[in-house]
Amino acid sequence: MCKKLFAAAAAVLSIALISPAHAEDDVRIALVVKALGIGFFEAANEGAQEAAEELGNVEIIYTGPTTTTAEGQIEVISSLIAQRVDAIAVSANDQDALVPILKRAQQRGIEVISWDSGVAPEGRTVHLNPSSNELIGRMNVKLAADALEAKGVNAGQMAILSATPTSTNQNIWIEEMENALPEFSQLELVDTVYGDDLADKSYREAVALMRNHPNLDVIVAPTTVGILAAAQAVSDEDRIGEVYVTGLGLPSELAGHVESGAIHNFAIWNPIDLGYAATMIAYNLVQGDVSEDYVEMGRMGLAELDDDGNAAMSDPFVYDASNVADFADIF
Amino acid sequence: MENTMTQSAVPNRLSGNWRHYLLRWETFLLLVAALVFLFNSFASPYFLDPWNLSDATFNFTEKAIIALPMAMLIICREIDLSVASIIALASVSMGLAAEAGMGTGSLVAIAIAVGVACGLFNGLVVTGFGIPSIVVTIGTMSLYRGITYVILGDGAFTDYPSEFAYFGQGYVYWVFSFEFVLFLGLALVFYVLLHHTNFGRRTYAIGNNPTAALYSGIKVNKHKLILFVLVGALSGLASVLLTSRLGSTRPSIAFAWELNIVTMVVLGGVSILGGAGSILGVVIAVFLMGLVTFGLGLLNVPGIVMSIIIGAMLISVISIPVLLGRWRAMRERQS
Repeated sequence: MCKKLFAAAAAVLSIALISPAHAEDDVRIALVVKALGIGFFEAANEGAQEAAEELGNVEIIYTGPTTTTAEGQIEVISSLIAQRVDAIAVSANDQDALVPILKRAQQRGIEVISWDSGVAPEGRTVHLNPSSNELIGRMNVKLAADALEAKGVNAGQMAILSATPTSTNQNIWIEEMENALPEFSQLELVDTVYGDDLADKSYREAVALMRNHPNLDVIVAPTTVGILAAAQAVSDEDRIGEVYVTGLGLPSELAGHVESGAIHNFAIWNPIDLGYAATMIAYNLVQGDVSEDYVEMGRMGLAELDDDGNAAMSDPFVYDASNVADFADIF
Repeated sequence: MENTMTQSAVPNRLSGNWRHYLLRWETFLLLVAALVFLFNSFASPYFLDPWNLSDATFNFTEKAIIALPMAMLIICREIDLSVASIIALASVSMGLAAEAGMGTGSLVAIAIAVGVACGLFNGLVVTGFGIPSIVVTIGTMSLYRGITYVILGDGAFTDYPSEFAYFGQGYVYWVFSFEFVLFLGLALVFYVLLHHTNFGRRTYAIGNNPTAALYSGIKVNKHKLILFVLVGALSGLASVLLTSRLGSTRPSIAFAWELNIVTMVVLGGVSILGGAGSILGVVIAVFLMGLVTFGLGLLNVPGIVMSIIIGAMLISVISIPVLLGRWRAMRERQS
């Protein structure tokens, strides 16, 4: 009987016999994501691998829990601490709950940064935002200008389709867009409406915009729900080529609309660049290559650090007919 | 009425040679655990480090503390699936109290009181209306968790007093954390309660035959009610430890823990049909699961593969005695 049992137990365990082979002098950087099996994070891992190849002596440990919970991430992080990795770069499920375990990691000499979704400053040295509010606001206006160019007109009207009027992010971005508008004299902002990040309400608001402003050229929706609904409204109303939709959206959801022409181009962060930059920052921290004000991100340039160690990676990445299909498979 | 002689002579389970069975089950679990331990120490150079092992205990201690009363409840033919939601509700209550400026002592009292209240509610509905506990506690699982979402939404409580951190982050001596020592102490208490008191004996009696137990003069409903309250109280206690360890409360705290806890209990040899099981088995199962997850974690086995391995382990460990019994019956028929 015992033999049988041992055989069963051994069989179960042997699955785990995938020992990591790494040279001892490698810099080991753990990329901890919100949960495994999410396209966005798989793409970030691709970027991290690219950075590792560029640096040469870096081993990436790509890991995360199965569900997006703080407890799951803590379990993963404690096994990384046990392995004495050199750095942990985490996209946090909870900005507060990870602080105690990350503090412990720092006490044991591990460099900690957060990226994408941040950790409170006590728990990490640097937080890498994909972009900054200013850059996002500016980018949205620039995209509207691109749409005018695609339409072949010198001047035109734009309207903003936002989420809820109380959404902090959205309101900051709209404010930044208004700040950037004077530089784009060809654009006239005629209306701002709110679709509450609900598909049907956003759709109705987009239709209403086109009815109320017959000469409208561009709808800018800095929300993934809004941009999708507006693109659908434009193609349902048969206004493709007359009204362009742009803003922040997901390639997988918008690839069809880019093909149909309802969207000329749109933007969102590039997860590959984000994983790459996070790895570069973690590596430079391990090497002590960091000043109080900035840290290098390889091909992504310099990241400026504010007093709390927050940094913005870059402009949102622009997707158009030339690249949207490639990214549609990723996220 | 009972003396030591009859106590050892009365079986916990009327069918089969329980003592033989029980002994084997725990020996078997212990052997598997030892094997995993050995495997881990060869597979990873980081495994045999006191601090690493100590860190690893944090990942299962709170769950293990709830597994103790849960084992008794399942032996008694009931179950409580709302435990993780009780943790969340107790944690939110502590958060509200901490915001109101209450001290560490009151926070602990509040968490346990909320746990007791939730457990009492579960128990009253189950025993009062005669509804199966699995139905009731699936309901209260959403109910308790729902309340935390109503109170907190997407916010968080983070303002806990600094000495509150001791429960989930403090050490009693060297690498032995407060949590872990508390678990060992509670395991001893529950061992005595289940195996060496009348209360424990009644638990087995009800689990084996509630009707017979009732006619033997056992207050079955009252007994079950006490067990539900006990599960609630220890969930409240676990909430103190977890909240202190995380240093914050969000409505999603301890999400989906109930199944982990039931897994520990079942792996420990507690019959899901009630009437059989031991605290020792549950404690070994807790360590076995802790060792497996920590060992796989050190090898950076992805969580998805890890849950497959734990699922496979559970099924194989549970099915082996069943298959063995069939095999034995078949051999008896042949001879």
